[in-house]
Amino acid sequence: MSMERHQAVFREEAYELLAELEKVLLELETTPDDVELVARIFRAMHTLKGSGAMFGFDAIATFTHELENIYDNVREGRLQVTKELIDLSFAACDEINVMLESNEQTVHHEQIGKITAGLHSLLRTNEPVQTDTNIQSEKTQQQNNTASVSNDMSSSPTTYFIRFQPQPELFQNGTNPLLLLNELADMGECHIFAHMDKIPNLEKINPEECYIYWDILLTTTQSANDIQDVFIFVEDSCKLKIEVVDRTDLDEEVDYKKLGEILVDHGDISVEAIQDTLKNRQPIGEMLVSAGLVNEHKVQSALLEQKHVREVREKRLREKDASSIRVASDKLDTLVNLVGELVIVQARLNQSVVGNHNPDLIQISEEVERLSSELREVTMSIRMLPIGTTFSKFKRLVRDLSHDQKKEIALETEGAETELDKTMIEKLSDPLVHIIRNSIDHGIEKPEDRISAGKPRQGTIHLSATHSGADMVIQIRDDGRGLNTKAIQKKAVEKGIISGETELSEKETFQLIFAPGFSTAETVTSVSGRGVGMDVVKRNIESLRGSIDVASTAGKGTIISLKLPLTLGIIEGLLVKLAEDYFVLPLQSIEECVELTREDVARTHGQNICQVRGEIVPYIRLREQFHLAGESPEIEQVVILHHNDYKIGFVVDSIIGQYQTVIKSMGKMYKDIEGISGATILGDGTVALILDIHKLVQQVELVAA
Amino acid sequence: MSTSTITETTQYLTFKFDNEHYALEISKVREVLDFIKVTKIPRTPDFMRGVINLRGNVVPVVDLKLKFGMAAIEKSVDTCIIISEIKVDDNDTVLGLMADSVDEVIEMEPKNIEHAPQIGMRLNTEFIKGVGKRSDEFIIILDIDKIFSADELSYANVLQEKESDKKDSFNAEI
Repeated sequence: MSMERHQAVFREEAYELLAELEKVLLELETTPDDVELVARIFRAMHTLKGSGAMFGFDAIATFTHELENIYDNVREGRLQVTKELIDLSFAACDEINVMLESNEQTVHHEQIGKITAGLHSLLRTNEPVQTDTNIQSEKTQQQNNTASVSNDMSSSPTTYFIRFQPQPELFQNGTNPLLLLNELADMGECHIFAHMDKIPNLEKINPEECYIYWDILLTTTQSANDIQDVFIFVEDSCKLKIEVVDRTDLDEEVDYKKLGEILVDHGDISVEAIQDTLKNRQPIGEMLVSAGLVNEHKVQSALLEQKHVREVREKRLREKDASSIRVASDKLDTLVNLVGELVIVQARLNQSVVGNHNPDLIQISEEVERLSSELREVTMSIRMLPIGTTFSKFKRLVRDLSHDQKKEIALETEGAETELDKTMIEKLSDPLVHIIRNSIDHGIEKPEDRISAGKPRQGTIHLSATHSGADMVIQIRDDGRGLNTKAIQKKAVEKGIISGETELSEKETFQLIFAPGFSTAETVTSVSGRGVGMDVVKRNIESLRGSIDVASTAGKGTIISLKLPLTLGIIEGLLVKLAEDYFVLPLQSIEECVELTREDVARTHGQNICQVRGEIVPYIRLREQFHLAGESPEIEQVVILHHNDYKIGFVVDSIIGQYQTVIKSMGKMYKDIEGISGATILGDGTVALILDIHKLVQQVELVAA
Repeated sequence: MSTSTITETTQYLTFKFDNEHYALEISKVREVLDFIKVTKIPRTPDFMRGVINLRGNVVPVVDLKLKFGMAAIEKSVDTCIIISEIKVDDNDTVLGLMADSVDEVIEMEPKNIEHAPQIGMRLNTEFIKGVGKRSDEFIIILDIDKIFSADELSYANVLQEKESDKKDSFNAEI
């Protein structure tokens, strides 16, 4: 029983290690000389082997052992990193993945044998090189050098004391010392103290001379040489002193006793006597200053050094303490649900407190409101993960696919640290894979075609994630051939999506690629062109309450933008009333609300349009849409919101106000209801429905067309 | 036609539609609520009465009488909502069923339960698990999973499409 649990833990760990391996392998491919990367691969494999053997995954252990051997050779400089090696390593990663998934360890012996043989032959082909001692030793030397440098780089941070004392003429060759100091500040944690004791009286001052000098305390992982490099252009016109103050490995704090304490312990002197004596004592700095041995500025600088070292030490301690724990995600889901319910209860509490003039109760309710909103934010933030975890997966995808199709494509990513709800990230992965596949398959041209089109050989896919207000925007931009409007229209006519006479704007044409059963690739490949493309992507994105947009310039490339809410589960909404029922409109797209009187309606002669500050805005009567019985009130409200590029209004009976909406699913029975995306529970316990405004507008557009 | 045969003595919750007795296996019933406000969801068939708030969860409520072609349930002091757990495509779903009144929990032996007769029943015999006899009364035991099988649910969707085509009332279809 418990073994099974351990195996599950091992699997989880192994998947993480494999992800790490893939990431590092990709990096290694671009910088094959990086010894640190090889070491990381080696470590990952070693862990995999060790824990694999421990939990009974013997096949994995043996297989990984082979790989480990190879990378040991690489690490020792006996083997070069080549494309074959990387390819084999990727294949090996995939194989280990398969082995992990199959419980009975049904191993593809054939595949493994192939990989192992490949690895062995790599070792053999390398042997002759090995005997060629001259070249090899040179190479090893080189690698050793890089090793020592990278060792230096990764060494723990060191604190330096730097005194930068420029000659008075510093300004004359146009140097701005502040820039140098800023550069230092960028290197690590930095405290700067300016000495101004050399500044003469005002009548003697020459504004073109520099009288100030600086003491800088810098804690950085970079070496003294790097610091020296900052001052490279002023070296001749300044006095520069760089000293190591506090090396991390030296600062094991030994808590030795102070002199006074020892004396008290020995019984040589009483505690009171010491305190009496100490009372008369001034801080050493003040004593030295009053004795005229050093000036006040020097003391302040020294005190600053003390403070800096103390802060750095404290920070280091804190970092040691800040750890993370692993929590099962369903526990988090439960937590989110509970918080959602708390928010509902809190809304009820608020509502019942209003009208009850008990100041104590009001205060308590306000406290609860503050706490629950804080709790909600924290809970949501727990679920936030950087989106970068999926990005590395795409690197592999681009690498493999571009290789298959003999295209040269680089994937650039931006904003990998942008945080998004975990569920969202999981659900985004598939649509993004699809879009990127499309870019590789249809977008980016073959190298020869690119050159004849005057573009660089290598195509670029740029994947970026940014926050914009309450939304997350993900953009996939390629510099390929762009969308071919003619081909799209022709295809759409063939597929019967549009009729031949339909005149479409460019934007409308692009929208066609999201139509079900649409695929423009003339040949169907294994990756795209199966006709289950963009319509599925669009549906997935919409199920996350997001939207998708395309922009394209022929010959220049295509940009696909996804706009998504940051969290699932809770949204800001506008609560409105229609007949006896309550509805929630997502607040993010709402622009304003205006009144609509019977006269207004009469003036437009039955056209569903209203004027907002001279602008004509069409509106949709929700009462009609929902077949609600009864008369609409004398004065109705129009909620005006943004849909795609234009404004559209929704007519409701009355507006209740802003409402923090916890989205509840309505279960299977109502999952296909168009125009309603969910339900929420109001303060008094009634159920309000959340409207999917984009769907509603689309439906009305369809009927109109 | 009902194929499931009842072989064990089981407890049943009995309730009434008009004056007819109906029953559900007790294992399908989670709880019984007094009638509370049901929020209608626009553009859904009439028998789908809407959703209620069950301690913070949104639960759909259906009116089986409408589905069976009887008159809609009118609200009275006896009206109840039976919260039941049904299986749709192997997924458990919680669903509220409206009833004119809920009577009691009774035990019935298999020998007192017979197959639904092929003819003479007001509702589709596929939805009936059996007919129980108790003194002089007949109790219709419903096969709740069948009633809300996936086909039935998508039937609701078909109606919806028809509705949007015609843009008028649709209850005549049921």
